[in-house]
Amino acid sequence: MAAPVKVYGPTLSTAVSRVLACLIEKDVDFQLIPINMSKGEHKKPDFIKMQPFGQVPAFQDESISLFESRAICRYICDKYADKGNKELYGTNPLAKASIDQWLEAEGQSFNPPSGALVFQLAFAPRMKIPQDEGLIKQNQEKLGKVLDVYEKRLGESRFLAGDEFSLADLSHLPNTQYLVAGTDRGELFTSRKNVGRWWSEISSRESWKKVVQMQKSG
Amino acid sequence: MALKLHGSAMSTSTSLVIICLHEKEVDFELVPVDLFAGEQKQPHFLAKNPFGQVPVLEDGDLTLFESRAISAYIAEKFKETGYDLLRHQNLQEAALVKVWMEVESQQFHPAIAPIVYQFYVVPLKGVSPDQAIIDDNLEKLGKVLDIYEARLSSTKYLAGDFYSLADLHHLPYTCYLMKTTAASVINERPHVKAWWEDISCRPVSKKAAEGMTFGEKCTLKIKALLL
Repeated sequence: MAAPVKVYGPTLSTAVSRVLACLIEKDVDFQLIPINMSKGEHKKPDFIKMQPFGQVPAFQDESISLFESRAICRYICDKYADKGNKELYGTNPLAKASIDQWLEAEGQSFNPPSGALVFQLAFAPRMKIPQDEGLIKQNQEKLGKVLDVYEKRLGESRFLAGDEFSLADLSHLPNTQYLVAGTDRGELFTSRKNVGRWWSEISSRESWKKVVQMQKSG
Repeated sequence: MALKLHGSAMSTSTSLVIICLHEKEVDFELVPVDLFAGEQKQPHFLAKNPFGQVPVLEDGDLTLFESRAISAYIAEKFKETGYDLLRHQNLQEAALVKVWMEVESQQFHPAIAPIVYQFYVVPLKGVSPDQAIIDDNLEKLGKVLDIYEARLSSTKYLAGDFYSLADLHHLPYTCYLMKTTAASVINERPHVKAWWEDISCRPVSKKAAEGMTFGEKCTLKIKALLL
């Protein structure tokens, strides 16, 4: 019988890979249904019914239909609290609050500049879109300032929200993977001692290695 | 021991938390942070939030930043009192609240924030608002609100037929937008307009709006500082 959990989208999408990493950490079976974005499948009516903004991923768990990768991850952690990595979203309210805090920092402060750089440096060349040097410089500076805050934090704490790997760290994996492994700007991370140590640790997790493998073979 | 919220009632992010606290009927102390004097960038504040932004919540030993994380924490901790903002007893409804909270965070906020910044913050530096930035972001916001319009023609509120934290998160920035000529982006869309009128007329929303005076009383004070 097919798994009730379905993820719609290409593995190369940062938001899709965020959800895949979470599902694998939580040991939740799922079906990945590819969406061919170069053919505009994400703008077709059937897809828009699931994701009105025409973006990937879309997600279904039996009769529940969701979108927005961070909301999907939180839902997976709440519904499957007893499966897989039980610490991923904290096992008590204080731990969960700290994880939410850093998940918000990722979404509000880390994602905009890192996402812009991923687009400019990794995707634009593939899509034959000219790169915008001004935007690259601006976002590199912004990202540098955010990583300075992370450098200090990760000198005090093994992971962002505390001593355990959490959804907050996981949420950083997709953009950072592209920047470190797919562009020449990886030193933004690797030149910062604590950030470099943290990146090395979180990217070596089995769940992330599986996602990277899926991206390579997808 | 009462909760302490460090911030400013006129700040959108602080206001978001204030509204949540009031909806949950939770007592708290607002500890003012002087944004115009740059207090949020001083070492004693950076020790609470290394990003140097308001608000920060202190609840006993817990110190929390990021307004959306704070509001989610409050709504969860006090789920048995006040208004049910998270729909915690229904897995499907709770999941949809999370979805539309992320929509505010990832789609709505990035488009509305630069518009409000141009209208309210830029003039304090003695510069005219950049119309190109306003127009560009109004176009983006318009596209997002077209999707809201479709959604709100089938449900009364964003996550369903119930007011939730997802709707609440839209209050502060939209409150400021509605005082500018950009209000048309809301008013032109009948379901969005009706939704806005409903959520902004809640007693708690109206009370918080009274504190959202950025650009009014302060303008003269700031201009004096800048001279």
